[in-house]
Amino acid sequence: MTGGVATPGGGWHRAGGEDLTRRRRRRKGGGGWGGGNREAAMVPDAEFTSYYGRPIIKSPTWKNPEVPLYFFLGGAAGTSSVIGALAEFTGRPKLARNAEYTAAAGALASVVLLIDDLGRPERFLHMLRVFKPTSPLSIGSYILSPFSALTAATAAVRILRLGPVARTVPVLPKLAAIQGLRKLGAVGAALFGGPMATYTAVLIANTAVPSWHEAHEELPFVFAGSAMAAGGGITMALTPVAEAGPSRKVALTGVAVELAAINRVENGHGIVSEPYHEGKAGTLLRAAKAATLGGAGLTALAGRTRLGSVLGGALLATGSVLTRMGVFEAGMASSKDPKYVVVPQRERLAALQAQVHSVTP
Amino acid sequence: MTTVSSASPAFTGRDPDNRLYGPLPDVQAESGYADDHPARVGFFTDTSVCIGCKACEVACKEWNSLPMDDSHGVRDKIGLSGMSYDNTGMLSANTWRHVAFIEQSRAVDLPMPTHRRPGDDRQDTGLPADPITNGQADSLVTAQTSVLNAEALSEYDPQTGQSGADKQIRWLMSSDVCKHCTHAGCLDVCPTGALFRTEFGTVVVQGDICNGCGYCVPACPYGVIDQRKDDGRVFKCTLCYDRLTDGLMPACATACPTESIQFGNLDELQARADARLETLKGQGVETARLYGRDENDGVGGAGAFFLLLDEPEVYGLPPDPVVTTRDLPSMWRAAAAGAALIVGAVASAFVGRRR
Ligand code: SF4
Repeated sequence: MTGGVATPGGGWHRAGGEDLTRRRRRRKGGGGWGGGNREAAMVPDAEFTSYYGRPIIKSPTWKNPEVPLYFFLGGAAGTSSVIGALAEFTGRPKLARNAEYTAAAGALASVVLLIDDLGRPERFLHMLRVFKPTSPLSIGSYILSPFSALTAATAAVRILRLGPVARTVPVLPKLAAIQGLRKLGAVGAALFGGPMATYTAVLIANTAVPSWHEAHEELPFVFAGSAMAAGGGITMALTPVAEAGPSRKVALTGVAVELAAINRVENGHGIVSEPYHEGKAGTLLRAAKAATLGGAGLTALAGRTRLGSVLGGALLATGSVLTRMGVFEAGMASSKDPKYVVVPQRERLAALQAQVHSVTP
Repeated sequence: MTTVSSASPAFTGRDPDNRLYGPLPDVQAESGYADDHPARVGFFTDTSVCIGCKACEVACKEWNSLPMDDSHGVRDKIGLSGMSYDNTGMLSANTWRHVAFIEQSRAVDLPMPTHRRPGDDRQDTGLPADPITNGQADSLVTAQTSVLNAEALSEYDPQTGQSGADKQIRWLMSSDVCKHCTHAGCLDVCPTGALFRTEFGTVVVQGDICNGCGYCVPACPYGVIDQRKDDGRVFKCTLCYDRLTDGLMPACATACPTESIQFGNLDELQARADARLETLKGQGVETARLYGRDENDGVGGAGAFFLLLDEPEVYGLPPDPVVTTRDLPSMWRAAAAGAALIVGAVASAFVGRRR
């Protein structure tokens, strides 16, 4: 198995012309990317080999922007459902209503996006024919199904109270049991709200895509933070400031969590952190940070004014969308360049070999 | 009647160590097959004897009625890759065997010009340039130029890694295929159970179940399985499941004229591969190594494994593939912590001063 490791390839290299199979890779020194002295920090390092520069793994076939939007909506709806349930029991009727509507709208749109992304949409129900703990998409289907059903039911009970419905069937809205049902639905949905927001991070991390897989410990926190920023922001924007205090706090906590976690994703994984800085992903994530920080600033300073809360909430939601798109793009980029597959695996093998040698000198 | 699970052995209770990776001595039993299941089968692809004829590719396309595609997987397109004799390019939904071509050279210390091709110097005897058609050719030259001469072949063998004085160019050819992993990422992540483990230990997609979610595509550490765009579903090598159930060899192995593709029971293939590696090493082929043979590798060993003459990445193979599900427990832990964080943060936002 280790034949030829001492002299990799036995001195052979691709014949003729530009050597497409071996490309130099550059590694930035100093352990950080944000520094100003980028040029000096870049040093040519080890070589890596590939088959004519072709990708090794296949890129996800998931639709863009549908799938990143699905991640965003799932997060916003998940957080909103938890806010809604707690608002029900703390005397904040408007916040409860808005959060429950947000959760239902997000959940239903999620279902539509998820089905639309299938190659065979009419077979959506095949998702529910087995239960597989090893498949985050299977688990996710069993989170999304009850979540969307419960949030939709909760919202539906609310709709019963609206004028036209109440006039047609006047007894229904007055039944205490119906209102109890709504609260029950809100609590039930909230139980699935947290998992709804974070399972999508496992969905992308549990792939061979280097920049997603390597960040598997942090991405759930990025998604959790981003979900709180979005859910808090949206419910805050929709609700009178007097009732929206909890939403503001949730949003600000979310921003802190998201920024801390994404910082580790962007800087903690050597070469596979690179795609988070470069190209489309880098642009999206920089824009995401600007929007998120702007939204957080507005929320903190002017969140108790109507205008401030609407603008702040809109910025936070935008930041969350951009974060999901940036993370998605970074993964796509890392799947297309064989460098991100070969170099970390080579380093892993080298480390293993060094370990073996140190144990048995 | 046994229930055959499409889930990974881990988490199902039949795997005492809850293994998501590592060796599995009986992969079919772990998937729920009764003890009388057939032996695990596989491919041993010995690239040292591959001549790059692509008979395997053609046989596979023919038997499985696979559509035509170009080197980027675009269906019903003819196109040259522009990089080598390889216009197939890669494994895809429509290509389940792919012959890779790599032309390599190396500098050798010689007292003669290094740009000559192997065999060029043999013409320097003052004899006519074409000794085969020339009745005057002496036996030495005939022996050296006749491709039927085994001794000459071994001396000129462009496949070996030997450092002979005239070995300056070599071609590597390798027929790639789905690895039918012991721990298959594609199978682990499939949410519908369309991917399943057969009684032969192979990994197969059920076309009538697949709903085209595409999750298996980025989950495969080798980039094997892919979606057929106009169809919506995913496709990959079945190790000719239909032929196996009728007691036939897979089409590619049947078509291979050099026995580069060997089909058989996995344990027999492994023994054969180990012996072949010994032989090659004994002949001084330093760079020969087995790929996918080691049960302790990241996918628990492959059902289809290879003898390579260079580093795996030269052939477009990942040097140290790991089934992504190995890290799934820690991912779920992080996701649960993240979900708890949301609930906790929201709850604490509701306590305290009302404003
Ligand atoms: S090589 Fe890829 S497609 Fe084949 S069994 Fe392994 S993970 Fe699945």
